[in-house]
Amino acid sequence: MGAGTILRVNSLFKNFGGIQAITDLSFDLAQGELLGLIGPNGSGKTTAVNLITGFVKPSKGEITYRGRSIAGMAPYKIVRLGISRTFQMVKPFYQLPAYKNMIIPLYSPRAGQLAGGRFGDRDAVALDYLEDVGFERDSNVAYKSASVLPQGYLKRLELAKAMALKPDLVILDELFSGLSLAEVASIIPIIEKLRAEGKTIIMIEHRLKELFRIADRVVVLNYGRKIADGPPGLVTQTEEVRKAYLGAED
Amino acid sequence: MQRRLERLDRGIKVRAEDVFALCSWREMLYLLSPRLIPILGFLVLPLVLSNYWQKVLLSVAVFALLALSWDVLAQTGMISLGQALFFGLGAYCSGILNHAFGFHPLLALPAATILGGLMSTAFLLPVLRLRGIYFSMVTLIIPLMLVRIVEATKIFGGTEGLSGITPLPSKWVELYLIVAVLLAALFGLRRLMNSDYGLVLKAIRDNDRSVTNAGINIYWFKAQALFIAGSIAALAGAFMTHVYMFVGMPVFALDYSILPIAAAVVGGPGTLAGSVLGAVILVPLSEALRGIGGLRIVFYGCFLVVFIVGLPEGIFHYIQRKYHQFERWVEVE
Amino acid sequence: MFLGTVVYAVFNSTVLAVMALGFNLTFGISGVANFAYGAMYILAAYLAWMFIHFLRFPYWLSVCVSISLTMAVGALMYRFVLLRVRGQPLSEVIATFGIGLAVLELFQYLGFVGYEYTLPVIIDKSLILGSIVVDVQRIVITGVAMLLIAGLWAFTHHTRTGLAFRGIAQDERTSLTFGIDSDRMGMLSVSLGCGLAALAAAVIIPLGSISPSDGYDVLMKALAVCIIGGLGSTGGVIVASFLIGFAERLTDTYVSSAWTMIVSLAAILIVLLVKPSGLFGRQKELEERI
Repeated sequence: MGAGTILRVNSLFKNFGGIQAITDLSFDLAQGELLGLIGPNGSGKTTAVNLITGFVKPSKGEITYRGRSIAGMAPYKIVRLGISRTFQMVKPFYQLPAYKNMIIPLYSPRAGQLAGGRFGDRDAVALDYLEDVGFERDSNVAYKSASVLPQGYLKRLELAKAMALKPDLVILDELFSGLSLAEVASIIPIIEKLRAEGKTIIMIEHRLKELFRIADRVVVLNYGRKIADGPPGLVTQTEEVRKAYLGAED
Repeated sequence: MQRRLERLDRGIKVRAEDVFALCSWREMLYLLSPRLIPILGFLVLPLVLSNYWQKVLLSVAVFALLALSWDVLAQTGMISLGQALFFGLGAYCSGILNHAFGFHPLLALPAATILGGLMSTAFLLPVLRLRGIYFSMVTLIIPLMLVRIVEATKIFGGTEGLSGITPLPSKWVELYLIVAVLLAALFGLRRLMNSDYGLVLKAIRDNDRSVTNAGINIYWFKAQALFIAGSIAALAGAFMTHVYMFVGMPVFALDYSILPIAAAVVGGPGTLAGSVLGAVILVPLSEALRGIGGLRIVFYGCFLVVFIVGLPEGIFHYIQRKYHQFERWVEVE
Repeated sequence: MFLGTVVYAVFNSTVLAVMALGFNLTFGISGVANFAYGAMYILAAYLAWMFIHFLRFPYWLSVCVSISLTMAVGALMYRFVLLRVRGQPLSEVIATFGIGLAVLELFQYLGFVGYEYTLPVIIDKSLILGSIVVDVQRIVITGVAMLLIAGLWAFTHHTRTGLAFRGIAQDERTSLTFGIDSDRMGMLSVSLGCGLAALAAAVIIPLGSISPSDGYDVLMKALAVCIIGGLGSTGGVIVASFLIGFAERLTDTYVSSAWTMIVSLAAILIVLLVKPSGLFGRQKELEERI
């Protein structure tokens, strides 16, 4: 692997009983990069992420993370190696308050030793993580039941849950979807902060304008194939990409 | 004017919150009585009941343990239609340890509990990865299979079973041992399920993808829940072996699978205390209905259906709600 | 001797197939768990018996009325019980299991057990094929099986209702957006499944007698066949019926009859371990592995 390459996807294929979801997908990801993964609906973005994170097993191909082959590994093991993701459809535990939702990731071995030894105070740590993603401590919003929180907060909760696992590679599946412009604007600094901490990030997005401002590189998928790979400015000029996105915002 | 039903916490509940409960005896009593009543009840009853009803109490405790075990599994997302499996495994383990190896009952009981738990987990380990419904089907199937195997191969006494199992030292040991185990299980499990560990288990039921995504091996946790539940039920089975001084094919009977489910569903699934409550209600009821023989199971079936459709939260929840809150009609602005 | 075993194995398989098809329709194709299936089978049998012996209806009328009544019971069961617990598959299992339990144990209690409780065969003759005696009833069952399979295949692939059934099994939400009333479809599928159970009872019971405890066996066998064949696959049901049918028959002849049930149950466990979606199950990778 090249120096600084943290993830390598090589000739990945995935076939769902007749539907070829991913065809010959290959790309590298360097440490500290923010990669945008875009493409029309159904192009296989979430499938690609599911393959990387182990929720789906590839039909063919390799995925290497820090030199280790992770293709086909169990999802929880992949998380323990340092890859963490959010889901497109947020499904918190609605009957629990926001900070209690954080207990699950904090219970994970990946969350590490918490302050207070073996029976560490997960509640306090949860509140800290929530504050990092914008749950204002004064407002007690962290104590509200997840069923009353607006989408913006739920997305941040997802992000906090991913962060609690102390990942090196974070995959954000449509974090911006369902958010207002103001909410997106308030989340972007949090992502910038993650980059500053040296984390590598993959973002699946449909909100291209916001994504292109922060992404280093963009990979475009269409019908399961990669049709472009490069800096945002270059990719938007590519004819094939424009054709694939006919009618979409640019 | 439209009206709606408003539910508010009772004054005394609010006053008894947190450390303020120490302010007065009333508040402390409010908090303690729900716990004290069952404890005192179970401790005192053996002394005041007649011989016949003491046996019923034994039954209540055993079925309560089975129902607790069911509830723990259900809270983790595994619906067991075959508690008889764990019960029977524990029963046979204890019976064999005593009959073939001469273990004293007080030694065979813990041994059978652990062994029974391990074997139950081993049997069900392969299906943990599948959808919940396959787990239920397999729990239904395995006891039936074991019965036929015992019948066909005539091992462990075959259709006649093993008799002459050593009983426990005395009637009082029997009664108080099982009552102690029941109370320990009830309060211990409640503590467990309310802790962060319990939260993980419940989360596995609600959204296992989320739990996997947090780097937690859900199969390991499910196996742990299975071991805990299996051991408790195995203990119940081992205990009954020494009470009846006999173990045979009937330990895998449908009764031991169905009544715990009915007890938990009637009493309140997901509350643990509800399972005990359900057993306290249904077991004496079924004793009283003993005269009608097979019709008992018809009743369990009906109870099951009525409660799961009509009052899915169970009786305990209802009582709890009434205890902590009061209702009143208010006008809607 | 061996030929006889093979022939009887074939017939055993067709019996299993007829038993399992109704369950497959409801659970495999529409995704509604009906654990009262065995009870419906027995219920239909007793209803038919009562029409024949108490009301002196002719055979055909008794069977038709019993099938209709069983279908009605299925619909009612859905309307008043399943509808309230729809979507929580485990509650569906418990509720239907409770109903099945109540029905079967009721019959057991009422004492309808004995050799006189049986249904008449359609044609009371036997054929001699070479050295083997075959009663015509078993050939009738084979015929019924073939008709049912053809009919079900046509139904689920070519009629709107059939396709709707498959729709709600695959993805209920999407089906709703297509205007498929999943509640009505669910009711229909449970009802039809019970009807098929009744039909199965009508043709199979004449081979023996009605016994409430058989209700559990029927449920187990239907489950076994559907799981091994793959839920939702009619072809799978056929193959699995033959596999289990032969396995049971061979065990019965060459080992001992006590082991036959064990074989089917063990087969379920093995399949669940190795290929949970069954031999012919559709790609259900994501659904099964949670």
